[in-house]
This record gives sequence, structure tokens and C-alpha cells, in this order.
Amino acid sequence: MKALVIKNLAKTYKGGVEALKGIDLEVEQGDFYALLGPNGAGKSTTIGIISSLVNKTAGSVEVFGHSLDNALEHAKQQIGLVPQEFNFNQFETVLQVVVNQAGYYGVPRKLALERAEQYLTQLELWDKRNDKSRELSGGMKRRLMIARALMHRPKLLILDEPTAGVDIELRRSMWEFLQQLNAQGVTIILTTHYLEEAELLCRNIGIINHGVIVQNTSMKSLLAKLNLETFVFDLAPNSPDCSLDGYQYRRLDDHTIEVDVERGSELNGIFSQLSAQQVSVFSMRNKANRLEELFISLVSKGVAK
Amino acid sequence: MSLNYIAFKSLLTKEVSRFTRIWLQTLVPPAVTMSLYFVIFGNLIGSRIGQMSGFSYMEFIVPGLIMMSVITNSYSNVASSFFSSKFQHNVEELLVAPVPTWIIIAGYVGGGVIRGLLVGMIVTLLSLFFIDLNIFNLGVLVLSVLLTSTLFALGGLINAILAKSFDDISIIPNFVLTPLTYLGGVFYSLSLLPDFWQGVSKANPIVYMINTFRYGFLGVSDIPLIYSFSMIIGFVVVLYSVAHWMIARGIGLRS
Repeated sequence: MKALVIKNLAKTYKGGVEALKGIDLEVEQGDFYALLGPNGAGKSTTIGIISSLVNKTAGSVEVFGHSLDNALEHAKQQIGLVPQEFNFNQFETVLQVVVNQAGYYGVPRKLALERAEQYLTQLELWDKRNDKSRELSGGMKRRLMIARALMHRPKLLILDEPTAGVDIELRRSMWEFLQQLNAQGVTIILTTHYLEEAELLCRNIGIINHGVIVQNTSMKSLLAKLNLETFVFDLAPNSPDCSLDGYQYRRLDDHTIEVDVERGSELNGIFSQLSAQQVSVFSMRNKANRLEELFISLVSKGVAK
Repeated sequence: MSLNYIAFKSLLTKEVSRFTRIWLQTLVPPAVTMSLYFVIFGNLIGSRIGQMSGFSYMEFIVPGLIMMSVITNSYSNVASSFFSSKFQHNVEELLVAPVPTWIIIAGYVGGGVIRGLLVGMIVTLLSLFFIDLNIFNLGVLVLSVLLTSTLFALGGLINAILAKSFDDISIIPNFVLTPLTYLGGVFYSLSLLPDFWQGVSKANPIVYMINTFRYGFLGVSDIPLIYSFSMIIGFVVVLYSVAHWMIARGIGLRS
């Protein structure tokens, strides 16, 4: 079953800005899907149309088989939305925000209170349940929006840059939470500017630019397109100058070098050469910018699907 | 319980808790203003005016003043609540949820009607310090106040849908609603006006509401009741249809 089927979706705003130029997109049930693109590419417009906040100009959207055109309320029931901007009532308490939202989806109050306790506890907000939502920190507000989106147990969770402005520790705990949800069967669509986040969490990826999908594939096959990988070597402090014949490399400081290695080629030569020059390697890691490089090249070249 | 009933109850509870939470801004000011009207126009000046339509001036203006506070509060409650939701974007909570348009209207209008009626009751209780109120026809009284508060709550909703700034939700109350209310026969009987101005006054919808409500208390009206009720119900149907069309199309709400 497809969680989401988008066909020929177009949006032209008043004033003539063409935000979407007839995109096609399919997301399988249970997928963890990343929708990436630079600012103004059409990500938020796409999400806005799926969640009924933006009127489409043309095309069709189906959510778990329910068309937005003739089964809108059934389609809405399947979706949980975590928008980019804080959009809850700042004067309501945390508990009121989530319980009211559950009510709009027809969840009885008693059940809503039980779910509120479950999700607010999981997202470490239960102690804040009686605080006014405007008094929460930025990270707490993001988590509140996630809890709110889950109150009606949606089958498709859409998150528009959920970890923007969130510190790394909190971001990691949110990643874990989202992975748990996905493991429980919730289909997740995520937009993010942290490409490391997309690489870590998502199985499939769509890249959108200037209102056109320029790439729609699995994360694995996308990364396979990258020929070069960069490895960072941590050397012993105050290591002597060294050279690596046959490799592109950069000395970053007295104990770090970066080496570009063609995909599929062996690394033994690097170690042999360093060892011969009396340079000790303490550790080595893959530089986590692979997707970034690919993203920039796809977006800047405007590679067609 | 049906999903729609739960959604309506959630929205209505939210609306009522909003205006009761800020009761100093929503419930107290009309009580103070109307008390001043009672003291100044009813007691001090009214005693020199004499009778109006066969009743003391105080008896004559009390129904109009109650209705004036109902109209103002029903309107401003929905206008400010819905516009604040738009301004803070939390109206999106409703737009993404499977809440039918008529439930959204019913929830907001219900909140406005409840505030209008609550303020109306407070003002009515205050008026008892100045006169002995007699009720001529309870059915007419209840029906007219319910329909009028519904009508103006719908007006406030449409105003908020179209508004782009907080200024836009104060323009209609200040420059349209207040003059129409003052010229709607709160303080005088239409029979005092020359024929031409009586005709002009009949284009003012508030005339029908105040006269119908006054009939409920005093049993006198410048306009036949059936005509007044038909006009009010007609306005309710038209404003509801406009509000429904606007929300369903996403006017002022969706890009």
C-alpha cells in the first residue's frame, strides 16, 4: 500500500510564482522518507498541500488511498503534521494544546488525556503539562508539536524541519523517538537542512529544486553515486610532515589529515605510507558530508530525474 | 459519541475558556459601561425626558442597552478570537484536522453567542438595581436574543476571516456597528422620527433586533414581529452561507 501518491502536483501562487511544476511522488507505507531541497524549492508548499494548508493549482494527492479531492476528511485523519513554525496557541497550557488537538480529530477526552500522558512523558514534557506553552524553550516547543501531531495516532507523520535550532543532544533523542515510531509502523516524511539527519534516518529520498523533483531514489543508491569518499585520520600529536603519493590529501593541523579515496579502492596504501614516514594513526573516520556534496552537486547542476 | 460532536465540544470549550480566562477584559467592561448608561441616561437624564411609547424612559432603554451589549460582545468575541488564531497560525490546528466547515463555524459562533448571552444576563441583573423588569413574552425574548447574537457572531467571524491586521477587526465595530446600534432605536422610538428617516432607519438591521427584543419585555414594537424575525433569520442565513463559502474555499486562511 502506498502511504502517499502525488501525481502532477502544481502550485502557482497569486502573483505568478510557480512553486511546484507538476511533481510526481510516491511514498510506501512504513517508509522513512526525506524530502530535501534548498530554501524556496517547494518542500513546504508540497507539505502544505498534503496537509490542506495550501490550495493546489492542479494534480492529485492520495493518502493511504484517500483522495484529497473526494475523501478529504478520511485523508486528514491519516496525517499528523509537525510544521516548521510554532503554531500552537501560546496562551494555552501544554496539556490543553495536545488535548484540544485530539478533540478536533474526534478523540474522546478521557482517551486524549491518557495519550497526552504517554506522549508528553516520552517526549519529556509531562512535568511541564500545566505550563503555558509560550514559556517553553525552543526544543520543548518542537517536542510539543510532535506530541500534538501524534494524539490521533496518524499513519503518516510529516515533519517539516523538526530539529531546526535544536541542540545535538536533544536532536539525537528526537531521532531515536522517530526511529521508534517508524519501527512501530508509522510512515514518516521528513524535510530537513541537516543532511546527516536524512542520511542517518531515511531509507528513501526525494530532492526537489525550483518546483521539480530532481532525484527520487533510495538513500543507498543515491550515496552510491558518489565516487569519492573523504576519510579523516587523527595522527599522533606533533606528527612530522608527511606526503601521500597517489592520493588527494589535506593537512588540517599537526595531527589531522583528510584523504580523498575513490570508492572501491583499498586504504592499505595510506597506512603503509604513513607508517614508513614514522607517522602513527590513532583513529580514522569517514567524513560525514557525503550527502551534502551530492546534494550540492544535484541542486547546482539541476540534474533531471 | 460522534467525531463531529467531540470536535464541536472541544472547540466550544476552548472558546468559552478563552473569554472566561480573561474575564476582566471580556465580562467586566460591558457591565461598567452599561451601569453608567443606566445611571446617566436612565436615572439622571431619563427622569426629565418623561415617557417613551407609554413607558418610563429607563424601562424603554433597558432592553436596547441589553441588546447593544449582546451585539457588541458576540461580534467582538468571534472577531478577536478567530483573528488571533489566524495571527498566531493556530487556526491551522483546525484546518489540518478532519473538522467540517460547519463545525468550525458552530464552535466559534457558539463561543460568541455564549459570551453575548452571559454579558446580556449580567447587564440584565444590573438593570434590576434601577427598575423592576417585567417580561411580556419570554419566547420572543429568548428567540430574538439567540438569533441576534448568532447573527453578530457570524458577522465577527466574516470580519476576522477577511482581516489582515488587528486594525481591520476594530474598523467594523467602531465605524459600522456602533453607529448602527445607536441609530437602531436603543434610545428612541422610531415614531419620533420624520417619515423619511423612519424609512431610512428600516434599512438598519439592528432596528429589527432591538424592537423584537423590546417587545419581549414591554409588548411594544415599532415593527411587526413576523417581519422582524423574517429579517433576522434572513440575515443569519445569508451570513452563514458567506462564512461557510469563505472557510471552505480557504479565503484568508489558505494560500
